[in-house]
Amino acid sequence: MTTLSTLPPSGQTRSSQAQPRPRKPHVQKRDWTGWKFVGPFMIVFALVLIAPVLYSIYLSFFKDQLVGGNSFVGFENYGQALTDPKFWESMGRVTLFFVVQVPIMLGIALFAALAIDSARLHLSSFFRIAIFLPYAVPAVVATLMWGFMYGTKFGLVGNLNEFFSIAIPNPLGNTWVLAAIGNIVTWEFIGYNMILFYAALRVIPTDLYEAASLDGAGAFRIIRSIKMPALRPAIVIGGIFSVIGSFQLFNEPSILQSLAPNTISTYFSPNMYAYNLSFSGQQYNYSATIAIIVGLITAVIAYIVQNSGSRKEA
Amino acid sequence: MKAPHSNTRLRRTALAVATGLALSVSLAACSAADGGGAETGTADDIAAALQEETTLTVWAWAPAVEDIATAFEKKYPKITVDVVNAGTGNDQYIKLQNAIKAKSGAPDVAQIEYYALPQFALSDALVDLSDFGMDSLEDQYTASTWGSVNLDGGVYALPQDSGPMAMFYNKAVFDQYGLTVPTTWDEYIATAEQLHAANPNAYITNDTGDAGFATSMIWQAGGQPFTTTDSTDVALNLQDEGSKKFADTWNQLIENDLIAPTASWSDEWYRGLGDGTIATLNIGAWMPGNLESGVPEAAGNWRVAPLPVYEAGDTASAENGGGGDAVLAQSKNKLAAAGFVEFMNSGEGTQISIDAGGFPSTVADLESDEFLGYESEYFGGQKINEVLVQSASDVVEGWSYLPFQVYSNSIFSDTVGQSYANKSDLNGGLTDWQKAIAAYGNEQGFTVTE
Repeated sequence: MTTLSTLPPSGQTRSSQAQPRPRKPHVQKRDWTGWKFVGPFMIVFALVLIAPVLYSIYLSFFKDQLVGGNSFVGFENYGQALTDPKFWESMGRVTLFFVVQVPIMLGIALFAALAIDSARLHLSSFFRIAIFLPYAVPAVVATLMWGFMYGTKFGLVGNLNEFFSIAIPNPLGNTWVLAAIGNIVTWEFIGYNMILFYAALRVIPTDLYEAASLDGAGAFRIIRSIKMPALRPAIVIGGIFSVIGSFQLFNEPSILQSLAPNTISTYFSPNMYAYNLSFSGQQYNYSATIAIIVGLITAVIAYIVQNSGSRKEA
Repeated sequence: MKAPHSNTRLRRTALAVATGLALSVSLAACSAADGGGAETGTADDIAAALQEETTLTVWAWAPAVEDIATAFEKKYPKITVDVVNAGTGNDQYIKLQNAIKAKSGAPDVAQIEYYALPQFALSDALVDLSDFGMDSLEDQYTASTWGSVNLDGGVYALPQDSGPMAMFYNKAVFDQYGLTVPTTWDEYIATAEQLHAANPNAYITNDTGDAGFATSMIWQAGGQPFTTTDSTDVALNLQDEGSKKFADTWNQLIENDLIAPTASWSDEWYRGLGDGTIATLNIGAWMPGNLESGVPEAAGNWRVAPLPVYEAGDTASAENGGGGDAVLAQSKNKLAAAGFVEFMNSGEGTQISIDAGGFPSTVADLESDEFLGYESEYFGGQKINEVLVQSASDVVEGWSYLPFQVYSNSIFSDTVGQSYANKSDLNGGLTDWQKAIAAYGNEQGFTVTE
């Protein structure tokens, strides 16, 4: 990166390697000090991040059959994925999940962060820890726990039904399963987002509040004019994480599948579809294709979220 | 002499590890091992191999395997057997499949259930044990279990346990509601109605759609939905007479809400078996041990009866579960591995397995007076093995699984499971399943005819 500053201002390619004739004598000998520092990181980064992605892309151009072996097929897997109703069904499901669950989760997290920050709450540090605690529970354990509670026979839902003689619809039935998963995910991640927002609130200089109260601003005016603008970057970050989390939905449905095999199909979410294609179906190539497409779509949506967030700021 | 020897080995191991790493990084495809393991051999070759320093890796989840390995090491002190529990059933197959795909990392010996065996045998991942003279062991095993390991003229595993089906029923529940033990499926349905009418919380059995159970039931009904010829031509018919018979029978239970919608092996399931709200189980002969350990509170209540049949007076049964042990083609110690598999499933190992609660597939053990005469305390002193062994000899012949049954079973709930969820005609679900299986088969290069 440092070499960029020594480049001529225009008319040259921006790539440092493609610099043909360095005009200034002092750049003739390349300084490797920077690389020595980032080298260890770059090696690990290349091995664990770049290499798998490149390998996935490589895989996605082949087709390995149980009978007939491996062959190069070009973009055939992509064509197949783009017209695969199972894939689009799963994409539709996580999109719906994202559209409904994320605003609810971020809304509650925002409310909690503002409440704790308001200094009007007794035991605010207790609430902070209590709300954050579910995030410390591994997703697998949380899902198992909720799975037991959702049981209509012996679980909490069953007990409620029996105690009040009512009939709560089966949370793991076809109609409610997405909401049931949304509930688990919301429970898990409110704390995380709350801390994210709370941290952003804590860095607001207190003299802003003092000035506002001197001007006669009430609590809600302070929220609207000081806290919300300060929170915007944090909300964008939370939004981006939530986009990624929603489109990569896997743990919760995968674990609940054993409790509700007929409700949660093997292609419930795009990640589950990719997982089942490769590990039970041995369709590694097609699975890699699905993974790449999901990655691209997620990146695009995350970019849109980020852009719309920062545009408001400007 | 010893130190340099082990040094060489250490170096060789290090080299192998390094090579493995290099391979997985360079992504290069490479032909399987150049190790010294012979590809064929006689009983004498095996005996000689068992006298050499060898370490065998065994992937198995059956509880008896640890004890069998200990006994084996005692008999052949130069062999070290490393038993690894790589997961039960499908979990292990996933790892095994990955190791086969990666061309390294597979064990020498693996436990593989009968339904999954064709998949591994077809992909040349397993050693044909007849190359080691083990086709001569045929007479030791029941016809149905031998038929499950004898595929396309090769022997790809030695049968370990088997699961001839029987009906396990809670006698206390039957007595309480004055029910008689059904012998046909029609009677079974009538009993289901009586029981559910008498106690709306009680069901004759549970079923949320289980591929293993459904295929076993079709097997019992005489269906042959999966036929594979020349290992690549697959004929599918999940609407043949047997399949329809099963679907039409089971429809009456599903459509009328006579089956508990409880998933097998779930917490609710064990509770239901204990408190009598699940009154019967139609399942493999390996179940008694699971009932004893999983449902101790119902000790004395359960009994075993023959699986109900479609026609009164008929005798028909099917296998449900059970599996064998195979030698992997990747193994560098095939002779010793074959020796272990033989010890495990035809030698001293069978008795250790029986003692641990396994249901054998060896005729001699099944017919021994000690086995037949065993009175189970849990089953109120009933000689359960008499019923179970009879079932083993009543298994309908001619059944075969698909060469990609593991995957097909994994998408059962996507298709047939929908019929269960919507309480609709199972025939529709079976047709959907067939379509999905056919699509996958064609995708994988098989010639599928429907």
